[in-house]
Amino acid sequence: MKPLRRLLDAVEPHFSKEGKLRMAYPLYEALDTFLYTPGQVTSGPSHIRDGIDLKRMMSTVVVALLPCIVMAMWNTGHQANQAIAALGITTDGAANWRYSIIDALGIGYDSANIVANLLHGALYFIPAYLVTNIVGGTWEVIFSTIRKHEVNEGFLVTGFLFPLTLPPSIPLWQVAVGISFGVVIGKEVFGGTGRNFLNPALTARAFLYFAYPTTIVGDAVWTACDGFSGATPLGALATADVAVGMGAVSESLSQAFFGTMQGSMGETSTLACLIGAFILIATRIGSWRIMAGVVFGAVIFSIFLNSVGSETNPMFAMPWHWHLCVGGFAFGTVFMATDPVSAAMTERGKWFYGALIGALTILIRVINPAYPEGIMLAILFGNVFAPVIDYVVVQGNIKRRLARNAD
Amino acid sequence: MEHYLSLFLKACFVENLALAFFLGMCTFLAVSKNVKTAFMLGIAVIVIQVITVPMNNLIFQHLLKEGGLSWLSSSFNDVDLTFVGLISYIGTIAAMVQILEMTLDRYFPALYNSLGIFLPLITVNCAILGGTLFMVERDYNFPESVVFGVGSGVGWALAITALAGIREKMKYSDVPEGLRGLGITFITVGLMAMAFMALGGIQL
Repeated sequence: MKPLRRLLDAVEPHFSKEGKLRMAYPLYEALDTFLYTPGQVTSGPSHIRDGIDLKRMMSTVVVALLPCIVMAMWNTGHQANQAIAALGITTDGAANWRYSIIDALGIGYDSANIVANLLHGALYFIPAYLVTNIVGGTWEVIFSTIRKHEVNEGFLVTGFLFPLTLPPSIPLWQVAVGISFGVVIGKEVFGGTGRNFLNPALTARAFLYFAYPTTIVGDAVWTACDGFSGATPLGALATADVAVGMGAVSESLSQAFFGTMQGSMGETSTLACLIGAFILIATRIGSWRIMAGVVFGAVIFSIFLNSVGSETNPMFAMPWHWHLCVGGFAFGTVFMATDPVSAAMTERGKWFYGALIGALTILIRVINPAYPEGIMLAILFGNVFAPVIDYVVVQGNIKRRLARNAD
Repeated sequence: MEHYLSLFLKACFVENLALAFFLGMCTFLAVSKNVKTAFMLGIAVIVIQVITVPMNNLIFQHLLKEGGLSWLSSSFNDVDLTFVGLISYIGTIAAMVQILEMTLDRYFPALYNSLGIFLPLITVNCAILGGTLFMVERDYNFPESVVFGVGSGVGWALAITALAGIREKMKYSDVPEGLRGLGITFITVGLMAMAFMALGGIQL
């Protein structure tokens, strides 16, 4: 690795204040600190010695996301291969460039073959991922160059989270439009990483959701295969007859837990999200209070709705353990709600913030027929109220301390 | 009972005056720099809304509406005075605010002082007149108008408190030069409205 370090040091003067390429300093800095630990240390009297900084934190989140990413590729491929077999589609390379790659490699479309599934899914996930990072990264670099702040690893995580929340069949230009909105309006106009109040990945997702609803909701979008239509468990139950109830969901609970079902690319597997949650909690990067708060809120509210019951709405009958496994609940709880920038900051506030999101998710799922899935908008709603929750908690603490010290 | 609960939730969240209809924007943007004052203003709006919407409802139902005067004599059955609606409603609102101000001054001086300029300001807040006009358009009866007044007031208060919370947090933001102040606030309100769309379309 020595030559690389030497090369970086050799070009460094060009990017410094007097150098010719000083405009591109954020790019140099991003590459340098991505590869090596930053050389500068803080000066001044107060210090906390800790190996962790924003970069390590974000890298840990990416590691925690790995099971979800693998699962996203496998399940996308698995669903597509199953659909191809079921519909008897001829895989013509002229209709879909992905088929020509698969044919060229000679891997085939066997839905029982792990490699075939992974490859087929990767051909959907990787393009979305690349578009997200190239377009979003370009915005990030433009803003950091003009506004003279550093390119931040926050985007590394956003760049993974955003494509994972998309359905596989989404057109790539929409991915580009969505991430542009998320990065520019959701984050950069507030000054970049750590200064926004909404989660950028979710802002982008919500923007696409309202701007191009035909490619992001409905039964036809979840499987990457033309002509195949299959509802997510939530979609199936929402449109079912009340008398049929949970029978309308064709998946079994274990399928919902392991994630072999319809859904956005990264959200289907509760198991993969649980592994991620374990990593985040063990490294203390994600807040377990928020995750527990969301689960509490959802469980209690869905039990309440079960006991209320309804004669017209089949969603009332969905038991709480199903709510936790289907849709994006696990993914949103583990990776989106715990975003340290947009979540509540105070320890007690995190419980309220989590519970608000959990209860609201179930509320939207059950009694809002406009949206079959609620976790995305519930988290954005939680983000909006997080500062007020913090304010109330802080004021309460101040009041309590004043009372304690008054005598 | 269920009907009133659903009306309340609808007025409060689904048809939020500030974030779904963008009413009362001038005060919404101007007085949301600080959570405490924003909250006080929210309370003032709730109080005014609870008084004026039912009050205007009585005026509308029993004086202005076509056939509203029939309690006087049956010869007024086809009299329709809705064309003086706007001026009577705003007059009522101004009068109610004035009376409330004097009452507070006399009996609750602490509250009066903390509300300060906001009370008279509310007279010209379009959220208040908007609430009344929605009530007229939807032809609410008296109990419904009370519930609607509470709900719409609470919704507006929630929205301004949330915005003030975000703006306090945004003191740590580094907003580009040209967007500072109102510009970024408009963007913030737009993003908040997007989050509030979560509740749009709820059927109770």
